Amino acid sequence: MVDESQTSEPVIAVKSGVELKAQAKDLNFFYGDNRVLKNVNLPVPDRKVTALIGPSGCGKTTLLRCFNRMHDLYPGNRYEGEIRLDALNILSRQVDPIEVRMRVGMVFQRPNPFPKSIYENVAYSLRVRGRIRRSILDEYVEGALTRAALWSEVKDRLQEPAFTLSGGQQQRLCIARALVSEPELLLLDEPTSALDPIATDSIENLLNELKSQVSILIVTHSMQQAARFSDYTAFMYLGKMLEFGNTTNLFAKPTNPKTEDYLSGRVG
Amino acid sequence: MSELSPAALLSNLKTRRVVNRGFAVLGILAIAIATLILLVLLSQMLIRGLPRFSGDFFLSFPSRFPEKAGILSAWVGTILVMLVTVTAAVPLGIASGIYLEEYAPKNWLSDFIEVNVTNLAGVPSIIYGLLALGLFVYNLGMGDSILTAGLTLALLILPIVVVTTREALRAVPTNIREAAYATGATKWQVTWDHVLRYSLSSIMTGVIIGLSRAIGETAPLITIGALTYIAFLPEPPLNPDFPFVPLTARFPFLNFQQLFAWLHAPFTVMPIQVFNWVSLPDKDFHINAAAAGSVLIGMTLTMNAFAIYLRHRFRKGIKW
Ligand SMILES: Nc1ncnc2c1ncn2[C@@H]1O[C@H](COP(=O)(O)OP(=O)(O)OP(=O)(O)O)[C@@H](O)[C@H]1O
Ligand SMILES: [Mg+2]
Repeated sequence: MVDESQTSEPVIAVKSGVELKAQAKDLNFFYGDNRVLKNVNLPVPDRKVTALIGPSGCGKTTLLRCFNRMHDLYPGNRYEGEIRLDALNILSRQVDPIEVRMRVGMVFQRPNPFPKSIYENVAYSLRVRGRIRRSILDEYVEGALTRAALWSEVKDRLQEPAFTLSGGQQQRLCIARALVSEPELLLLDEPTSALDPIATDSIENLLNELKSQVSILIVTHSMQQAARFSDYTAFMYLGKMLEFGNTTNLFAKPTNPKTEDYLSGRVG
Repeated sequence: MSELSPAALLSNLKTRRVVNRGFAVLGILAIAIATLILLVLLSQMLIRGLPRFSGDFFLSFPSRFPEKAGILSAWVGTILVMLVTVTAAVPLGIASGIYLEEYAPKNWLSDFIEVNVTNLAGVPSIIYGLLALGLFVYNLGMGDSILTAGLTLALLILPIVVVTTREALRAVPTNIREAAYATGATKWQVTWDHVLRYSLSSIMTGVIIGLSRAIGETAPLITIGALTYIAFLPEPPLNPDFPFVPLTARFPFLNFQQLFAWLHAPFTVMPIQVFNWVSLPDKDFHINAAAAGSVLIGMTLTMNAFAIYLRHRFRKGIKW
């Protein structure tokens, strides 16, 4: 991957041989007339952690929410371009956003558990899919809570309301809720920004273990976090994707001067 | 910079404190006056009506003799009319509220409907009476029945139910909706499993506020031809002895005519009864009016207590 000059479009690609779970191709996104994403390209390698970094307001959240068609909920939003999930263009009009959301899980910046019991929070992701036997629900809920490293803390209080959990526990509950339906791609929007270092640490460990099973695309403000556990890093700036690469390489020798400025703390 | 000197700031703080306390005192005074007037009026009515309170008062029909006159037909009428009102207004109002808030595309048409629904809540009740007289009584031939009265009052409170439903739904935070959508839920699942569930207590409160208004309405019911004197009850839908439900030998094996006969019965309601007694020249009837008025207040208070109970019940565990 070489960046020829500052004026030409950056080349965003992965080495051949890296399998992709998803890929944004020449993606433009508009809030009404406001074009927020500009010809964005982003490969999301299969069962790897891809970190999305960039200064505040550059469009990270906007890009992430394209991957599960969250923008469809509000009138006036418009996509142009493609996002491939495997071979399927999920932005195509023929694709039902619900179908997309059944394959792509999402964890939000602030923990947003339902005002229901801990058990129901996780079980809900399965219940929306139809009638499911209680024994199967129990099994999946336990599995998801275990994977979200929360099971041992809540196994005796599954029927208690979710808001009795601490912030970090609530965020892990939300991760369990996203995991229980076994998504192929997990989107996380600064999942640890509201948490203390210990809770952050436990969530990072958790994501590290998860990546053998699911592809992860995570927005983060913390470059240390991106460097610590992501395999690939993408740098966005003012709605454009400026650089994408192997995390070690990108942090060691960024090709775009803007990336370098950002990484050294001179931007954003 | 003398305005910002410590001494000036301190004296300024003193005035600010005085203003702050001043409002607190004013507020307490305002509340005290309002409650006091209300309490005096209510207790006066209660005390005046006291001599009439007895089992007989509740179990007798109106009569020419004040001591014998009771409110049986009136309270039964009120309850039956309210039953029809709830049955019609609640599903219609909540469904419209949900549609307008969650489903309807936001365009000029929905804005137009919104403005109109809100305005309808302020239309004088007599207008609803006239509307019902034309539609239910003349066009649909439903007569001056409990059904007509219930539907009229349902129309009257429909805007209140729609508006409070919409407000209650709107209060559910976006991040909870997004959480639900992100699991792959359909709009209906998000609405039914989350939004409606979490706002139920507020919707119930709105419904009961509406009913409290309806229970005291007189004008629209007089307009549609409610009776002021009635000495019989509607035919009961159930039989006094086993199996209680009116059965017939032929399909559908249920005597619907008997089951729903009460809907077509003539009626009177509590506020009309009160009005009637107050307007009689015989002063003794005014005691009846005071007693019946107290009962009506009691009914409204009971409904409101129920609303508070519901709010506690449904609010439990809902927090964001
Ligand atoms: N709902 C919206 N309607 C209109 N414009 C929006 C909306 N949400 C975001 N924007 C605009 O889109 C741009 C990108 O916002 P976005 O939230 O994607 O940034 P971000 O990279 O996630 O920032 P941060 O790091 O602060 O979360 C911003 O300029 C913002 O003003
Ligand atoms: Mg963001």
